[in-house]
Amino acid sequence: MEAVLTATAIGKRFPGVVALSDVDIELLAGEVHALVGENGAGKSTLIKVLTGVYAPDGGTLTYRDRAVHFGRPQDAQAAGISTVYQEVNLVPLQSVASNLFLGREPRTRFGLVDFREMHRRARELLGSYGIDVEVTRPLRTLGMGVQQMVAVARAADTGADTKARVVILDEPTSSLEPREVGTLFGIVERLKADGVAVLYVSHRLDELYRICDRVTVLRDGRLVHNGPMAELPRLRLVAMMLGRDLEEVRRDGATRFDGERTAADAPPVLDAIGLTAKHRLDGVDVTVRPGEIVGLGGLLGAGRSETAMAIAGALPLDSGMVMVAGKRLRTGSVGAAMRAGVVLLPEDRKADGILPELSVRENIVLAALPRLSAAGVVSRRRQDAIVATFMRRLRIKAASPDQRVGELSGGNQQKVLLARLLCTRPKVLLLDEPTRGIDVGAKAEVQALVDELAAEGLGVVLISSEFDEVVEGSDAIVVLREGRVVANLAGAEVTEPALLAALAEEGE
Amino acid sequence: MAEATVAPPRRTTGTRAWLRDNGVYAAIVVLLVYDLAFTENFATLANLDTQLVQVAPILIVALGMALVIGTEGVDLSVGSVMAIAAAILPLYLGYGIAAAIGLALVAGALCGLLNGTLVAVVGIQPIVATLALLVGGRGLALVFANGQLKDIRNADLLRLGSGTLLGLPLVVWIAAALAVLVWLLVRYTTFGRQLVAVGGNRSASMLAGLPVRRVLMLTYVASGVLAAIAGVVATARLTASDPSAIGSLYELAAITAVVVGGTPLSGGRVRVLGTVAGALLMQLITATLIKHDLPDSTAQIVQAAIIVVAVYLQRTKAGGR
Repeated sequence: MEAVLTATAIGKRFPGVVALSDVDIELLAGEVHALVGENGAGKSTLIKVLTGVYAPDGGTLTYRDRAVHFGRPQDAQAAGISTVYQEVNLVPLQSVASNLFLGREPRTRFGLVDFREMHRRARELLGSYGIDVEVTRPLRTLGMGVQQMVAVARAADTGADTKARVVILDEPTSSLEPREVGTLFGIVERLKADGVAVLYVSHRLDELYRICDRVTVLRDGRLVHNGPMAELPRLRLVAMMLGRDLEEVRRDGATRFDGERTAADAPPVLDAIGLTAKHRLDGVDVTVRPGEIVGLGGLLGAGRSETAMAIAGALPLDSGMVMVAGKRLRTGSVGAAMRAGVVLLPEDRKADGILPELSVRENIVLAALPRLSAAGVVSRRRQDAIVATFMRRLRIKAASPDQRVGELSGGNQQKVLLARLLCTRPKVLLLDEPTRGIDVGAKAEVQALVDELAAEGLGVVLISSEFDEVVEGSDAIVVLREGRVVANLAGAEVTEPALLAALAEEGE
Repeated sequence: MAEATVAPPRRTTGTRAWLRDNGVYAAIVVLLVYDLAFTENFATLANLDTQLVQVAPILIVALGMALVIGTEGVDLSVGSVMAIAAAILPLYLGYGIAAAIGLALVAGALCGLLNGTLVAVVGIQPIVATLALLVGGRGLALVFANGQLKDIRNADLLRLGSGTLLGLPLVVWIAAALAVLVWLLVRYTTFGRQLVAVGGNRSASMLAGLPVRRVLMLTYVASGVLAAIAGVVATARLTASDPSAIGSLYELAAITAVVVGGTPLSGGRVRVLGTVAGALLMQLITATLIKHDLPDSTAQIVQAAIIVVAVYLQRTKAGGR
């Protein structure tokens, strides 16, 4: 098979971060090529380089035997490289046909849109993929699956003159039903048969092994592997994505375990049963006892954050219940969860956590305001007392409680958020990536603090994309995949090899 | 990918930041000094009274507007709510002034509740949600009033409009008292702190367990009640209930006062004292230009320039980060 698009020694840096370093990828005509990697591996950056969104700092792109520079995404598209992003980016209010031909509508000889011709060609196009849908219907009246397929069909058909040679699918199945996945794969097969190179980005290992011919694995902006999909064992693939050396893991794994910390017979402080939310969670159970740290394991998109958010009341559930210290919690309400003693440290500190314009004091007391008030008036004295206590205990480095939180370092912002949660006197802490983006010193401090809080009897749920943080920090691990619990590791089973094996296990 | 530790961003400093935070006060001082020195008949008690009385209803409305803008919203319905309050007033004056004013304020609260529901529960953008009441509210007021202007003959209400206390008009006292009240509300109450937090980062507030919907509802209710008070005050001043004209374009005057006073439209901050100063500054500009025999249209152009400057100063703040 001939190479359609070849990228050689691609480098791309952003201020303070090297996003890609010396990455090669070669897409062949008529192959489905998997691109995998965890958070920050550089997948999105690589796609953006291939499609002309970013200009690479170094390296060359060769497209159909010619060196190319795509100045703008439109140039790449015109040359025959199309992308379907995770979120469908079509116009929901317009008809299916209008969406298919958006920006390149057939014209009548008066320069007006030729609707009859457009509808005819739309029917023909969708029919050829086996999609049976009325092309005059507004797109938004169709299911997510059909919308996704319209997006793929649009990507594959860039017009009469320029046929798509490369189609990039970014997490195309994340919002699809299993049946719809089948239809999508039919389309992918069809593209493949037409000699199109398909770059397929997904975290669902089962899918990758089902339709991909070759695979490229990235980690921390570097190429760690490429080769035929079928020859790469699942366990090795997962180990590579997570940056663990299999041999090393086998050697160290056995010695990691250092005794159980918690009384297994204590009644659970948190018992989440059958958490289900469409497309996100499917019957997830999590049990945490006082003093226990339960890690949530899983690859990107496995439903770890969603589980934490569901327990904290920030994600509406279709079914399932959450018991806190034996009492059933009203789900879907952050306030109710907080009053019951369940609090969440959100994954995205900037967007969902801090109020950068407000002071350290105000950020810390935010959630506890009603408790610090009498008749609706906030008591400055009680507020100052609690702020002083937590600033000392968490060693928050700020000029004064009046300093704006936006001026603090990432680690100190994270501590301010932890203080905010602790102010509410919680029973259960849900920590989503508590050490992401903070410096090494602050990281160790936060980890020690979490251990300390657990030792005091709090139940902790820990999410971390750093493999060793989960394994070393947790007493038990609930392993998730595609919104389902696939394994429960406890006690002596909490080891890197066991977690790797659970992550790599084949789905049904 | 190791996220680089970002150096703590600096607070915007220098002239721009100073102008943004204190420009409105400085402008008032400059204008006052100029007027005292060069404008004839400016420094008379009668004139100062007139200026303050004229600005009072705008200021009252602007206080509510500042709260709403602090939540990253806007309340376009305030002028129409004033009209509704004005229309209701004469209908119930027969039961005494307290009952009539009470009912007018309840009507204001209900208008706010409607706005708040549309914004917080239904999830309509504030500008659209309150636009509905801007248009419909005045119609409703005219229906209440049977489309007629009614003269006010109730002695109590007339006294409210023209009476004085310690040498200052009652109307000015009311506006000042409300300003202090709103300032205390923002600074010292749970509601006030939550309001600022919701405006600053809605999703963080939600995840911190704040009653975001309730806070938004109450904010619009507060704005509605304040607008109703302004409607009562304006009616008492005018000695007539005129639902077709009262409060017309007040929503824009109020937004102007808030913005010129340094409250960012992006929410998360409420500057009550700045709002008071913003309203005074606009009044002072108009008064000064009129005293110098320049037409009202000139005042509008100058005001427009000041709005642009105020928004520009806010903008550099956002862009600098």
